[in-house]
Amino acid sequence: MILETISAICLILGIFFSLTGAIGLFKFPDFFTRVHAASVTDTLAAILIILGLILRTEFDLVAAKLLLILVFLLLTSPTASHALAKSARHGGLLALAETQASTKPATTKKEND
Amino acid sequence: MPELIGLVLFSMLGITAIGVIVIKDLFAVVMLFGIYSFLSALIFVNLDAVDVAFTEASVGAGISTVLMLGTLALTGRKEKTHTHKSILPLLVVVITGAALVYGTLDMPPFGDPNNPIHQHVAPRYIQDSPQEIGLPNMVTSVLASYRAFDTLGETVVVFAAAIGVLSLLGLPKRDRAAINSGLKQHMVLRVVAKLIIPLTILFALYVQFHGDYGPVGGFQAGVIGAAAIILYTLVFGLPNATKVLQPTLLRGLAALGVLIYCGTGVAGLLLGANFLDYNPLASDPVAGQHIGIILIELGVGLTVFAAMLSIFYAFAGQAERTNIQ
Repeated sequence: MILETISAICLILGIFFSLTGAIGLFKFPDFFTRVHAASVTDTLAAILIILGLILRTEFDLVAAKLLLILVFLLLTSPTASHALAKSARHGGLLALAETQASTKPATTKKEND
Repeated sequence: MPELIGLVLFSMLGITAIGVIVIKDLFAVVMLFGIYSFLSALIFVNLDAVDVAFTEASVGAGISTVLMLGTLALTGRKEKTHTHKSILPLLVVVITGAALVYGTLDMPPFGDPNNPIHQHVAPRYIQDSPQEIGLPNMVTSVLASYRAFDTLGETVVVFAAAIGVLSLLGLPKRDRAAINSGLKQHMVLRVVAKLIIPLTILFALYVQFHGDYGPVGGFQAGVIGAAAIILYTLVFGLPNATKVLQPTLLRGLAALGVLIYCGTGVAGLLLGANFLDYNPLASDPVAGQHIGIILIELGVGLTVFAAMLSIFYAFAGQAERTNIQ
């Protein structure tokens, strides 16, 4: 009973973080902040959801498999986010603050836009 | 509840399909295809067809996406704009679609146990396969023993596809001076890839030899193994990968897989039974079935692995050649 409650809390929190990640992916202004939002979904939400699922098993082979999936996700998702951000950086994409800083002197008049 | 989930998944599938048609950026389209395959896999899971779901996820979303990205590296990522009118094709598609929808009206209700498909051979498989073949996973019994001809056909199709791509593109030459390809800058990627690749190969072997007991088999194992090597190629460069697994070796492996499959069939033939009948392979028919199924799964796995990897090599080799010029 206690386990089920904890599991439910974990699952709901996980869903909440997935949702915020998805909203962030759409709402955030530039590439790097969006990657940040998406990586929250990848890590925190994945941990919470899989933890919630493990608490619902009989702690047998299924739980072990879920744990392995979790380890795999924790290895790959941050790596994917890192590779994305690094490639973007390498390709010359600037973060939002840097873009504003670099365009400010040139286009002081357009700041009211 | 499954109906509701199915409905949601199908509407997401429809939205993805429309996205594929509307979006002109082919890179995004390839990503949408991956999503489409994963959604299909979820629908199969929802229908309790885990075997098909696993295949769809590994082949459709995994390898196909990589191969399509490899094609994009050769062709460029913008779709050509069409200038001609497309009313006639639209008409043809609408009429065909309407005819298909009309055809479904005559179909028996979905999931009804009295449907012909559930009354034809399925009861016999369910009743007799535990005694005849003795595998816990009945899907493997059907796929590898009762329907071994179909699976042979599929394996040969994969083999033929590899031959087709290779005769068009050609395998990368080994004697060419090694170029600095791969992702030298990405230290994190290299370390994580080194961690992941052995585990992936181990998982592929598990999938290969666990087919008797779980919803897995040679097709998925071959694709997962190929994915491990493809990851290695992407991170450490094509020259390194071709040193580890030479293209000529792959060509041999692809043929060897089909040979093992057909050889198992011919062995049954020589021992006095039908083609692809495994009963005489051992003194006990059930043990013979086991040996036969493991052998042909091995053949399927080898062919799929070698075919997928040589297709990828061909694309990667072409892309590198284009980059040099």
